[in-house]
Amino acid sequence: MKPTHIQTTIDDHRIAKLAAFAIALHMVEAIIPSPLPGVKPGIANIVTLYVLYRYDFKTAAWVSILRVFASSLLLGQFLSPGFVLSLSGALLSLGVLWLGMHLPKQYFGPVALSILAAFGHIAGQLLIVRLWLIPHTGVAYLIPIFALAALFFGLMNGLITSRLLAKKSVQMSAKK
Amino acid sequence: MLNLLHYPRLLIQELRVGDWLVVLAGLLCVFYLFQTLWSNEHATKVQIRLGDKIYATYSLNQQREVHVHGKLGDAVISIAQGKARFAKSPCHTQYCVHQGWLTRAGQAAICLPNQISLELLGETKPYDSLNY
Repeated sequence: MKPTHIQTTIDDHRIAKLAAFAIALHMVEAIIPSPLPGVKPGIANIVTLYVLYRYDFKTAAWVSILRVFASSLLLGQFLSPGFVLSLSGALLSLGVLWLGMHLPKQYFGPVALSILAAFGHIAGQLLIVRLWLIPHTGVAYLIPIFALAALFFGLMNGLITSRLLAKKSVQMSAKK
Repeated sequence: MLNLLHYPRLLIQELRVGDWLVVLAGLLCVFYLFQTLWSNEHATKVQIRLGDKIYATYSLNQQREVHVHGKLGDAVISIAQGKARFAKSPCHTQYCVHQGWLTRAGQAAICLPNQISLELLGETKPYDSLNY
């Protein structure tokens, strides 16, 4: 019997490597205790945003979705509510990133996209919470806190991403 | 990561006009959410809606039970000194009953199957994103 070979392209390898980075960050974040379930820095999104700038939207989407699936398997919460929340947040923030990509580049940098994506992320999660997990208007009291956290961490992640991107471009120009 | 903390000025320089706009819009958004969702205004009236029409508005300053005939059957709404709730509902899910007492202005309990909803009104009606 001949072993079957899956043909992989350079793109596949790149996506796998980048997704591995994102998964590692996700794991680190899972250890950090959080005062309120759902309020997390979302540092894995730095990778998504970085990839979006360095490569393209398709790669960023792959990295983000792979990260959600692989991390949930590693943390043992695949198909649990936590996984669904993570997935819906990732999907909505990807949607927001896709829209945000088309904003004029000279005015809107990674920080703007990061904040928008963070809000998209929290909106996606709250949607699932409200529709499925806790069908109760009491959830509304937590929305301001989530929004504040999204703004703060979105800003931080955006600044880190823009720093990483700036470093990369310095390295690239140094090589030339 | 560490040198991030050492160069705040450098970081600020990297923000573009749109970035500032987004930060500002985000701040406004958060401020607005705190304002509307954390208002602790006391309610004075309860408005009952049946389908798309306002069925009745009662003062909360009384003790009474209101029977409303909805799409599925009779629902009982209790009003008791500043608060109101669904006491009984013929609906299958019973979300409206489980929601319990509503006490603050702007709070609402909606029973979709029976098409009845309660909303508490204060002196000034808070902005309602459902109706605008």
